[in-house]
Amino acid sequence: MSAQFMQYLLTGFTVGAIYALVALGFSIIFNASHVINFAQGEFVMIGGMATVSLSAAGLPYLLAIPLAIAAAALVGLALEKFAVEPARGASVVTLIIITIGASIFLRGLAMLVWDKRFHALKPFTGDVPIAIAGATILPQSLWVIGVTLAIVLALSWFFGRTLLGKAMLATSHNRLAAQLCGINVRMVLFVSFGLSAALGAVAGILIAPITLTSYDVGVMLGLKGFAAAILGGLGSGVGAVVGGLALGIAESMSAGYLSSAYKDAIAFVIILAVLFFMPSGLFRKRGGDRV
Amino acid sequence: MKSTQAGNSLKRGLAAIATTFALYTGPAVAQEPIKIGSFLAITGPFAFLGDPENKTLELYVGKINAAGGVLGRKLQLIAYDSAGDAEKARTFTKRLIEQDKVDVIVGGTSTGETMAVIPLVEAAQIPFISLAGAVVIIEPVKKWVFKTPHTDRMACEKIFIDMQSRKLSKIALISGPGGFDKSMRAECLKLNKNYGIDVVADETYGGGDTDMTAQLTKIKNTAGVQAVLNPGFGQGPAIVTKNYGQLGITMPLYQSHGVASKEFIKLAGAAAEGVRLPAAALLVADDLPASDAQRSVVVSYKNEYESRFKSEVSTFGGHAYDGLLLAVEAMKKAGGTDKAKVRDALEGIRGYMGTAGMVNMSASDHMGLDLSAFRMLEVKGGNWTLVK
Repeated sequence: MSAQFMQYLLTGFTVGAIYALVALGFSIIFNASHVINFAQGEFVMIGGMATVSLSAAGLPYLLAIPLAIAAAALVGLALEKFAVEPARGASVVTLIIITIGASIFLRGLAMLVWDKRFHALKPFTGDVPIAIAGATILPQSLWVIGVTLAIVLALSWFFGRTLLGKAMLATSHNRLAAQLCGINVRMVLFVSFGLSAALGAVAGILIAPITLTSYDVGVMLGLKGFAAAILGGLGSGVGAVVGGLALGIAESMSAGYLSSAYKDAIAFVIILAVLFFMPSGLFRKRGGDRV
Repeated sequence: MKSTQAGNSLKRGLAAIATTFALYTGPAVAQEPIKIGSFLAITGPFAFLGDPENKTLELYVGKINAAGGVLGRKLQLIAYDSAGDAEKARTFTKRLIEQDKVDVIVGGTSTGETMAVIPLVEAAQIPFISLAGAVVIIEPVKKWVFKTPHTDRMACEKIFIDMQSRKLSKIALISGPGGFDKSMRAECLKLNKNYGIDVVADETYGGGDTDMTAQLTKIKNTAGVQAVLNPGFGQGPAIVTKNYGQLGITMPLYQSHGVASKEFIKLAGAAAEGVRLPAAALLVADDLPASDAQRSVVVSYKNEYESRFKSEVSTFGGHAYDGLLLAVEAMKKAGGTDKAKVRDALEGIRGYMGTAGMVNMSASDHMGLDLSAFRMLEVKGGNWTLVK
């Protein structure tokens, strides 16, 4: 029984770590612009697919992975420059719709640039499962959890200790005040798209060996990452991580102990319940509007 | 000025009359091509089926034309991309029937698309050969509808027979949310008692799921399970197989013909070793003994396809090959493209060897395949091998 529990927990952690990375991407852009970027899942796809094609071209992972992340970041920057920025006077809803359009466009483009098949990426370090207390975990899952942890630490350093990070944080708290302090908020928005695209790409690369990747893998991951971000509280870094892990573990526990047919439903019911009692998510500070 | 204009218009008028005559008297009438209509999921989620189907149709229409066509007439392929969408499939089928006025339709990658257009082809009374799997397409028999792939029911039967021979009587099912998964799961649950097989666990996974270890752990811990069957389609079965290996489950794992392409072995990697599945002989074309009646058909199709497109052959393209050649065969037998005669000829085809197996159509069977058309395959050394 406990071995079974352990297995569900490990599974939940692996899946949850990915949701967390996607959710972090949502949060960063939300903070900078109050826009929910529905193309976030497409960044995940671009990271995975670019690595697949680069390593198929003979490049070692050490080269292919940074290149793929850079490619996704470039796409993110281009999205901001050519789609979001020209519409910067528009309402948030308009901007969100633009990102939905961008996601459909990117998916179509990926289908043409690459193909419509599923691809598997070779695991970073072997394929031999590791046994922990009667349960098994793939080495790649450890990579997923480890890299997610490293990224969370790096991000907290970035937002807490660097000038650019602090500028982004300031913009998220009060855009107008930040602008009055001399922060280039347009630059902040620009950087935030690049950063969250890179984050998404990292997620896409990490999971490609476990879950396979294809041109439309971003749809479902984007949705789950969004749910995780909402659960944790949009815009909160800690919330994104906790939300992601909670969603992953809830899914695997309900698949294991209740019914696999309803596991997604159960996960979403939990989210609904949380949001009912805490409308702004688990970790987002409740901000009252001053009149 | 004016006279030149009049002269011009006179000349134009004469030219028009001349053209009209040329159209009506020229050899163009006798050479009018036979129109083969098709709608396939060339893009979208079923693209890995629709793409080889489309390539196969193009390849063989070209080959047949190069060899002089059918009944002295060239074939013309009119194919649309339905992207796996039933609504689009209906629109394109209407267009094929009303605007393009095709003689026969060979297409319909998925069961959903096929079922959506059946009312249209029945009403228009046009022969339709579907390339989709589920048994509902031909059962009950529809006058104008035929199909080439094996059914999910046959897959269940073939798998259960293999399980019986290995003395496996308690099995677990794990399946996905797609139409094929659901249909085959339902067929297997109807048939298992006939073969003395108990389904002791029945798990499912979602469409975008990336990890099935939770479901498999549950199956692993269910008392008495001797084998696992994964009626599935797409990337799900590859992930199930990977997770199966990760959890170190040693029971036999059965997949369906829905994953019968090299792609599956590539995606699932080492974990695919030992997986069994029923599939057409096409996948093991080169392993078939020389005495096998199907060998020459599948080897020639495989070589043609692989040398032309530089990619591995799949059974899905084979279904399109069978569909096209059955249509051609029927037109030859009917001596023309009269729709009712072609339909009757299709229904009368017996002993036709295709990539899916020996086709014996009849008034009560519009697929014409029996269980001998399926071969039980096992993955060994990263390749398909025949189970003896």
